[in-house]
Amino acid sequence: MRGEMSVIVRTIARITYALILVFGFYVILHGHLTPGGGFQGGAVVASGFALLPVAFGAAAAKRYLNPSLMRHLEEVGSLAFLALGFVGIGISFFYNVLANSGSLFGAAVPFGPNSGILNSAGTLPFMNWAVGLKVMTGLMTIVLVLLVGAGKEGKD
Amino acid sequence: MGNFPFVVAMLLVILGLYTLLFKRNLIKLVIGASLIETGVNLFLVALGYRTAGIAPIYTYAPPALADRMVLPTPQALTLTSIVIGLATTALLLSFAVVIHRHYGTLDVREVKELKG
Amino acid sequence: MKKAAVFAAFVFVAAFLLFAAGRLHPFGEPSAPAMDDYFLAHSQAETGANNVVTAIVFDYRGFDTLGEATVLFAAILGVVAVFRGPREDER
Repeated sequence: MRGEMSVIVRTIARITYALILVFGFYVILHGHLTPGGGFQGGAVVASGFALLPVAFGAAAAKRYLNPSLMRHLEEVGSLAFLALGFVGIGISFFYNVLANSGSLFGAAVPFGPNSGILNSAGTLPFMNWAVGLKVMTGLMTIVLVLLVGAGKEGKD
Repeated sequence: MGNFPFVVAMLLVILGLYTLLFKRNLIKLVIGASLIETGVNLFLVALGYRTAGIAPIYTYAPPALADRMVLPTPQALTLTSIVIGLATTALLLSFAVVIHRHYGTLDVREVKELKG
Repeated sequence: MKKAAVFAAFVFVAAFLLFAAGRLHPFGEPSAPAMDDYFLAHSQAETGANNVVTAIVFDYRGFDTLGEATVLFAAILGVVAVFRGPREDER
């Protein structure tokens, strides 16, 4: 097949692809506790995805991950981020009503160093997941379109 | 020489400016623009440093140093700047691919006339 | 002649940048930390996040993140539109 690399590269790409995906999702999920968040974790996961067209060829990667599905997921992520801004619209746009409220993601955090309470920070984890989905699928769309579009010969 | 990190960030910007002014290949121009963005991001992060400070995160922070944290606002602005630099580089590279497909060359001095 | 003028302008800009970098505040003592001290002292009580940078990016300065998400969306739109080609119009 065109653009495929040797057996060693393909085997190592399969193993490290899974490890990079796990690490990237960890960075996105714990954005309100450890360094990271939506943008950084999305870039890590997109770098893991970008191994596939390099090791297996652009045609095989396009069969595995559909580019139009990636574009629709990116639109879903953008709309979710906008909709989360309207949750606290009673007071103002982008107001964090779920923080310190006792309901979902509402535990109060005392001042000073602690060991990380997962259940805190209100609407911030939801915003992290929406932005992480958007950045992840958007960067993968750019990689696929550039690789597939640059491989075609000139039409004129 | 106390301001050495600021001077290094400005040196990166000067190298990127030299590449933009004196090179002819389109890909080298994209690399020059990326160098300028890298220098500006480094300068932004270096603005908010406090001597012997730790990262502005309260999870597992050492209690003896917890009141001497680095300023967090320049780091938040650098995040935005990095993403915008990535968007600019992606568009520049896609335009370079289309120009090469249309003209057959990547030399900036030959892609001057408008074809049909 | 033109190359000499461009080179002289480049040397002038480079000297200006290096001179300005040497005259900033000393590295390690920021000049106006009042806003960041407020963020560091109150972000756990008001937003409940341990990561102060995430609290600033999504809560205290959420509009900048909205603008950045728009820029990223427009860039991806531009890249996809450039490679679409006139296939459907020529038929």
